[in-house]
Amino acid sequence: MLTIENLVKAFGTKRAVDGVSLSVERGEVLGFLGPNGAGKSTTMRMITGFIPPTGGTVMIGGHDMLADPIPAKRLIGYLPENAAAYPDMTVRGFLGFAADMRGLAGDARTRAIARVVDLCFLDSVLHQEIDTLSKGYRHRTCLAQALIHDPDVLVLDEPTDGLDPNQKHEVRNLIRELGTRKAVIFSTHILEEVDAACTRAIIIDRGRIVANGTPAELRAMSGLAGAVTLKARGADAARLAGLPAAGSVEPLEEGALRVYPKDKDAAASLARQVIELVVSQDWKIEQLRSEEGQLDEVFRRITLPDTVREAAR
Amino acid sequence: MSAMRPIWVIVRRELASTFTSPVAYVFLVIFLLLNGFFTFTAGAFFERGEASLASFFMWHPWLYLVLVPAVGMRVWAEERRAGTLELLLTMPIAAWQAIIAKFLASWIFLAVALALTFPAVITVNELGDPDNGVIFAGYVGSLLLAGAYLAITCMTSAMTRNQVVAFIVSVVLCLFLILAGFNPITDLLTRWASPTFVDAVAGFSVMTHFDGFQKGVISLRDLVFFLSVMGFALFVTGVILRNHRAG
Ligand SMILES: Nc1ncnc2c1ncn2[C@@H]1O[C@H](COP(=O)(O)OP(=O)(O)O)[C@@H](O)[C@H]1O
Ligand SMILES: [Mg+2]
Repeated sequence: MLTIENLVKAFGTKRAVDGVSLSVERGEVLGFLGPNGAGKSTTMRMITGFIPPTGGTVMIGGHDMLADPIPAKRLIGYLPENAAAYPDMTVRGFLGFAADMRGLAGDARTRAIARVVDLCFLDSVLHQEIDTLSKGYRHRTCLAQALIHDPDVLVLDEPTDGLDPNQKHEVRNLIRELGTRKAVIFSTHILEEVDAACTRAIIIDRGRIVANGTPAELRAMSGLAGAVTLKARGADAARLAGLPAAGSVEPLEEGALRVYPKDKDAAASLARQVIELVVSQDWKIEQLRSEEGQLDEVFRRITLPDTVREAAR
Repeated sequence: MSAMRPIWVIVRRELASTFTSPVAYVFLVIFLLLNGFFTFTAGAFFERGEASLASFFMWHPWLYLVLVPAVGMRVWAEERRAGTLELLLTMPIAAWQAIIAKFLASWIFLAVALALTFPAVITVNELGDPDNGVIFAGYVGSLLLAGAYLAITCMTSAMTRNQVVAFIVSVVLCLFLILAGFNPITDLLTRWASPTFVDAVAGFSVMTHFDGFQKGVISLRDLVFFLSVMGFALFVTGVILRNHRAG
């Protein structure tokens, strides 16, 4: 549904986006992750046709965004960063405007507005000016605008930014639900959202893709993935390290031990071997946990922290 | 036909937005008061002893110099500041449609302001027997003049997210368009430059081309001039917006 190839955007000599390729099919929710300034918004602005790329192609449902923008734009619903909306309009007026711009008229227009008002819980603020809305409502108003024409492709730039935890939860659920029928790409720098809403995630840093996979695959990239954490009376680090699947053993607080797998293939059998050892040695288990690997650890490891980035300039 | 629809949708939105704002009514009042002041006091309407609106139209190039940029300064600057430019230009429309639509909406507002000066027409018709053809031509010229200033303001408004900057730059540009053909200036110029040069410069002035309308003559030359200024300024608006998006 959405395919971008080798997308490049240079601002002066600086490459904000540097050769990004990806595709999103109907039924997929792609999480677009990266630290601030990684190039997420710039990529999305090129996808939606707001800024022209320096190089590369954007195809939306078979239409080239550069050569034939209008049919391509018709297929997209876009929530820009900061959820911009005309401040002096009422929510109802703004949605009416969006519907008109999308060529909806008569009954279809009325139904479309009712549908998105319902979907985004805007009933109580329908006649309020956007200027006077709380951030959460403004965000949802802009999201409603993006959904008004029931688009095949949804591009959402930080849809949960500035929302409270309840609102974040609602928006994630909505995104996941929409993703069953549409191709959705949304950007975030909040890692929990990957598990909460995505079928797949891409991490970008300094304009380049540094990781691409399902949430589980990304988590498996963590050094922690497959490690076994054990707290047991009588446990002996040397015996654990001697297991065929074990790599290093790391002592943690309160006498707990963490056993890392020797390599990726060993990860599968490590937990079983640890348990067999515990049983045979009759150690008294207080805690035994197999680690999944943590996304934030992966994220920190493969993207440069701000401090390093600043120093590099 | 289908190209007209989004233009009309945007025009309607802009007009609704204008007329729900109290600023619009403040503007209309100021516009009418200033027109009244210039026509009847500074323009010596009664002392002239003639039934015409010459003292009304003669001030418009100066009056519009401030009032039109005040109307047009927000056109693009505000879209840029509020971030709605991104929303607007990712809708399934071409940029030129948005440019034309936003220009038209403000022009219609100025036309409404101008139309509200109709009591002046009634007054001269009560007091004497004016040539209403001349008055009509004056109105046509005045509207075109406002359109030219407005297109220039749209252009400068696209350059910045700051309305004040847009206002100041527009006033300066429009002032140039006045002064190039303003008699005291052209008289001064003729001391140093050849008359053909002075005439060529004056050919770019709104004063030169507004003159005919005030006398009741709607000439093709003057029409073409005003329409070209508008076309050119709106074209440049498109270029500026494209460059802004390209970064
Ligand atoms: N219009 C622009 N002109 C110059 N630099 C820009 C422009 N837009 C973005 N950038 C730069 O490009 C980089 C990527 O920005 P952005 O795409 O907004 O990142 P993200 O959305 O991932 O936080 C940043 O370093 C930013 O400063
Ligand atoms: Mg961003």
